[in-house]
Amino acid sequence: MKDIRLMKGNEAIAEGVIRAGCDGYFGYPITPQSEVLEYLMANKTKERTGMIVLQAESEIASIHMVYGGAAAGKRVMTSSSSPGISLMQEGISFMAGTELPCLLLNVVRGGPGLGTIQPSQSDYFQTVKGGGHGDYKMIVLAPASVQEMYDFAKLGFELAFKHRIQVMVLSDGAIGQMMEKVELDEQVPRWTDAEIKIKSPWATTGKTPDRERNIITSLDLNPVKQEIININLQKKFKHIQDTEVRFERIQCDDAEYLFVAYGSSARICQKAVLLGRERGIKVGLLRPITLFPFPTIELAKLAKQVKGMLSVEMSAGQMVEDVRLAVNGVVPVEHYGRLGGIMPAPDEVLNILEKNFIKEKSYEPHTN
Amino acid sequence: MSHIPTKDEICEPENMVYSRTCLLTDNALSYCPGCGHGTAHRLIMEVIEEMNLQADTIGVAPVGCSVLAYDFMNIDMQQAAHGRAPAVATGIKRLYPDKFVFTYQGDGDLAAIGTGETIHVCNRGENITVFFVNNGIYGMTGGQMAPTTLPNMKTATSPFGRDTETMGHPLKITELIANLPGTYFVSRQSVHTPANVRKAKKAIEKAISYQKLNKGLCFVEIVSNCNSGWKMTPLESNKWMEDNMFPYYPLGDIKVPK
Repeated sequence: MKDIRLMKGNEAIAEGVIRAGCDGYFGYPITPQSEVLEYLMANKTKERTGMIVLQAESEIASIHMVYGGAAAGKRVMTSSSSPGISLMQEGISFMAGTELPCLLLNVVRGGPGLGTIQPSQSDYFQTVKGGGHGDYKMIVLAPASVQEMYDFAKLGFELAFKHRIQVMVLSDGAIGQMMEKVELDEQVPRWTDAEIKIKSPWATTGKTPDRERNIITSLDLNPVKQEIININLQKKFKHIQDTEVRFERIQCDDAEYLFVAYGSSARICQKAVLLGRERGIKVGLLRPITLFPFPTIELAKLAKQVKGMLSVEMSAGQMVEDVRLAVNGVVPVEHYGRLGGIMPAPDEVLNILEKNFIKEKSYEPHTN
Repeated sequence: MSHIPTKDEICEPENMVYSRTCLLTDNALSYCPGCGHGTAHRLIMEVIEEMNLQADTIGVAPVGCSVLAYDFMNIDMQQAAHGRAPAVATGIKRLYPDKFVFTYQGDGDLAAIGTGETIHVCNRGENITVFFVNNGIYGMTGGQMAPTTLPNMKTATSPFGRDTETMGHPLKITELIANLPGTYFVSRQSVHTPANVRKAKKAIEKAISYQKLNKGLCFVEIVSNCNSGWKMTPLESNKWMEDNMFPYYPLGDIKVPK
């Protein structure tokens, strides 16, 4: 019989990481994602799977605890929301430089600064373009349902270890807080120490006589060597761009107009597609599931089919830059976003699409 | 004329009374001649070898002069971001409670940028060992003022001497963390004379062996010279350390198990 439960998004990913065989979670409370740490603590993970859960003194400490565990070959993670993720950028950059696998979760809230605790998508640039110093990328998964919050725990760890890279689940306050049904799957066993030595021979597990010492460092003072390290990193990102793109096409086959949206905005646009079809507008939705790697090729293909694209984001226009790069001027690409924790309504975004591409092109800012 | 023995003849096994621990690599130390880091490295590695802990040890190197400690220590090591070694070590130790985990940190790393991590790793009583080399200055970046710089001491960023009214007071972080219930053994040593080296080694032995007891964090501060940063000869710097550092940072055990 299927194991189906009604869960919050934050609880679903917490259950997901337990079942994905996560070894350790290190985190610090922040709204709207504190349920992750709360759920893990309440679930006595130590007794259930042996998973360690620790409340750190700060987000900075959390990410560096993740660094230590990841460098020793364990499946480790942290979660936070926007201001906390900003604090973690140092550690994320160090993990990028040392190619350490880990799972990160950002349940995005409005910014800048302390902002608001309401949902937002204004951390796209920070997440997709690399929020810390140096030339690096993370794999970014954008869940649009509570089920995906659950699913991306396991997928995230798989991708992290497959490519030795950080995987960020870029959620938002709405997906984190809303409740939906979730289908759970079987428990994945945690790796034994012997398995870790085989799966991650680079990990610092203690130098044994059969191998040289393992060193995890992002430092190389020789610029010639440091350039080679960087070139190899870029090769890895290119390989990920070529092999790991994920997206969902919703009513795209006959679409003349296209919404491009991820996460909560994609849910809103999904409804707007239904409303649009009722109005006789052939509109579809391309939902990027991976924000890096971005579905550039798919969007370039769709640009040859549709008359215009509307990038809908709860931001001032961040993903739209990647949409425009993919479309490369073939058709008009417009942006519509609500800011500061406000979510747009389906008819609102549909009206904007109509105004931009179907009725005369005279854009007026939306007001409530 | 009597035969002068060659190096190879002298290095016969029966003549060997001391040799470098195999847990130090062949890499030439990058520390300035006269600096205490090399001796501190050697003592820690000697004890790990003597306790047969190489296969169970994971070390964490900081940012600072000892950023390249992993070049010299023949063990598995992680290089941590500035000040974050205690958090990194926490992550390792929580996931590998049976391993021997230590950090090796300087005063800027441990007592300035990493103060929060230091206090909390001690307060949680993580079963790790912290080696803290305190020379009262930022050595690697070129002799700037550290949290442990003494009053009126001249550095690159306190060229007229540390004015405690505007620049704060030297931080006795070791006394501070000794007050926390999470610390089990806290000692302050130096490595500038043979007698002090022997005492320091005993403290290091305790700090390493006590980790197995899982009774809390073990902490050994080594007050060291920085002849380059202090702009002195090695001998002058050792004398200055005795006259000025030791009165403020007195040597000896600060907290011992009951």
